[in-house]
Amino acid sequence: MTSFGRFVAAARSRGALVVQPRMGFSQPARMRAGLLATKHAADAVAGTLTIDSYTRVGDEPAAVRALDADVPLNGYPITSYSPGTSHWVLDGIPGPAFPVQVRHGSASPQRIVAALARLGLTATEGGPVSYCLPYGRTPLVDSVRNWREACEQLAALRADGAEPHLESFGGCMLGQLCPPGLLVAISALEGVFFHQAGLRSISLSYTQQTSPAQDRQAVRALRRLAAELLPDTDWHVVVYTYMGVYPRSPHGARALLERSAELAVRAGADRLIVKTAAEAHRIPTVTENVEALRVAAHAAARTTAAATADALDTADNPVYAEARALVEAVLDLDADLGSALLKAFERGYLDVPFCLHPDNAGRTRSHIDAAGRLTWSDIGALPIGRVTAQRGARLTAAGLYDALTYVQRRYDEAPDPRTAPGPRHTAAADEHAHDLLEV
Amino acid sequence: MTQPAELAPRDPSGPLDVVVTGLPSDAHTWNLVFMQLLLEDLGHHVVNLGPCIAQDEIVESCCKYQPDLLVVSSVNGHGCHDAEHLVRALRARWELAGLPAVVGGKLGVRGAEGQDGHRRLLLTAGFDAVFHDEQGLAPFEAFVTALAADRTPAGPAGTREGAAR
Ligand code: B12
Repeated sequence: MTSFGRFVAAARSRGALVVQPRMGFSQPARMRAGLLATKHAADAVAGTLTIDSYTRVGDEPAAVRALDADVPLNGYPITSYSPGTSHWVLDGIPGPAFPVQVRHGSASPQRIVAALARLGLTATEGGPVSYCLPYGRTPLVDSVRNWREACEQLAALRADGAEPHLESFGGCMLGQLCPPGLLVAISALEGVFFHQAGLRSISLSYTQQTSPAQDRQAVRALRRLAAELLPDTDWHVVVYTYMGVYPRSPHGARALLERSAELAVRAGADRLIVKTAAEAHRIPTVTENVEALRVAAHAAARTTAAATADALDTADNPVYAEARALVEAVLDLDADLGSALLKAFERGYLDVPFCLHPDNAGRTRSHIDAAGRLTWSDIGALPIGRVTAQRGARLTAAGLYDALTYVQRRYDEAPDPRTAPGPRHTAAADEHAHDLLEV
Repeated sequence: MTQPAELAPRDPSGPLDVVVTGLPSDAHTWNLVFMQLLLEDLGHHVVNLGPCIAQDEIVESCCKYQPDLLVVSSVNGHGCHDAEHLVRALRARWELAGLPAVVGGKLGVRGAEGQDGHRRLLLTAGFDAVFHDEQGLAPFEAFVTALAADRTPAGPAGTREGAAR
């Protein structure tokens, strides 16, 4: 039986960062070709089946209508194809050296989990909060119930000798403009939810944001919280390459990807989900996915973990302090974590800036400060009172757009190291490009 | 009884009432928040229906609010397919047959490649204008400005369609 957690641990012990695409196509032959091509793209690669939006929102009739009309979807419609078709797509591909994970963004995941289990797969992604608030209007109370059921479905696979793995999407939420303390807290809390529901192989996520220094603090904070909150569990931290408005230029896209690989290695994460150069434009091709995996693996291999990483874990870390305060306040609300999460959103103890979901209080606001760190302009009712709350000015389209495109502009406007005068792509040029983007 | 959009009382010089909406399968909201702020910055009133909204709810909301303009925004790649169904349902309602309706964003999964096909399909299905992501916002702002200027007396939808096509 393949075990996602064991695969990641094996890569870690030989010093390799696991890299993984966000890849999904609706044509079975293309999906299969993509899995085969990514399998050999780097030393340690995990495979991905990303599910399409119709399946995510539970509208299988729409998925089937689109397939019948030859409309390409934005992912693989796992519940609309027959198990025979999906077995053909996967035939001979997943194994101990190449586990395949299903990534889907559904607040009602039971049918998707049943479908992946039927295919012999045991790893997926989600969470009661992180697959609800960013993904539409399913009430949080329903998502909590659905995700408890899905966790139990997954945990039951242990009876067949598998070690099912679940990754929290909590470190991403809406992809951008959510201060790291809240992302780390949500990811950690979802890890506890999975643990309470019986899972023992778990990953917690964190998405690269606007400041490399703050991002390293966030990844270390997440590792420390995981160690404190997840006893008797095989856990690791996964970093996502930037999930907001992406650079449009090939060199900007590549530099941002490389920085995320460096972040993962330096701060002690074990896995990286990459973005491709097509991100700002359209669904990436197989070739673009393979290229992104290579670039990321290469950047990871030439980066060494900070020797002092573990010492830094306990040093004064503002992201840890904020996340810890949030986690404690939520854990105190109810012994059952599902109920605690519901109460936390009702009271605004958890409140994601710019999230329009009806169960999100919507009283917080964030901004990027002069040093490039993502911080609060209004903490609403978040229990992190020692943070000074600056009241923000009225938000305009231009103001929002500036904040949303902060990373895109910095990377698109930085010089392309390969067209800059001087020796081509030297280590020194890399370091220089790095300094420019480091804050 | 709902009134046809054209017959609703209009203030000739005031701001437009605009409904901004996502589509049934699309969860993206930054685009919706952005379009709302953009229209508000231009001085118009916006009702934002949000992401992942059922097609019937969009149609009913248009009947209820009787807006001057419907703005559909979608970026997940299913937009062309879903917007085509939506606009056919809108145009099948007599009281919405003349409602100015536009759509924009990343409408397919192949970027610029599918763009022209989407435009033709969506205009034929009943949209007044189609704006693709890479086009920038100037054409949209010009459309809105022309619509606001062109409101007295409520002209036949045909003139606007002609202009946009
Ligand atoms: C943030 C983000 C997310 C967040 C969204 C959180 C939320 N709830 O909003 C998360 C991480 C949850 C997410 C999820 C998904 N995403 Co997403 N996401 C993005 C990302 C990185 C940025 C989008 C953004 O914030 N834009 C900011 C706003 C202001 O800009 P905009 O949306 O581009 O809109 C501009 C124009 O398009 C235009 N415009 C938009 N609408 C309209 C309407 C009119 C009338 C006009 C005139 C103009 C216009 O004006 C805006 C300003 O310039 C983009 C890629 C990118 N752009 O870098 C992918 C992207 C949009 N996502 C994509 C996809 C496919 C998904 C998923 C389906 C997952 C998947 N299969 O990969 C899910 C969505 C599930 C669902 N049910 O729909 C694809 C769409 C592919 C395509 N169209 O070809 C993109 C392009 C990434 C990619 N290359 O694959 N995503």
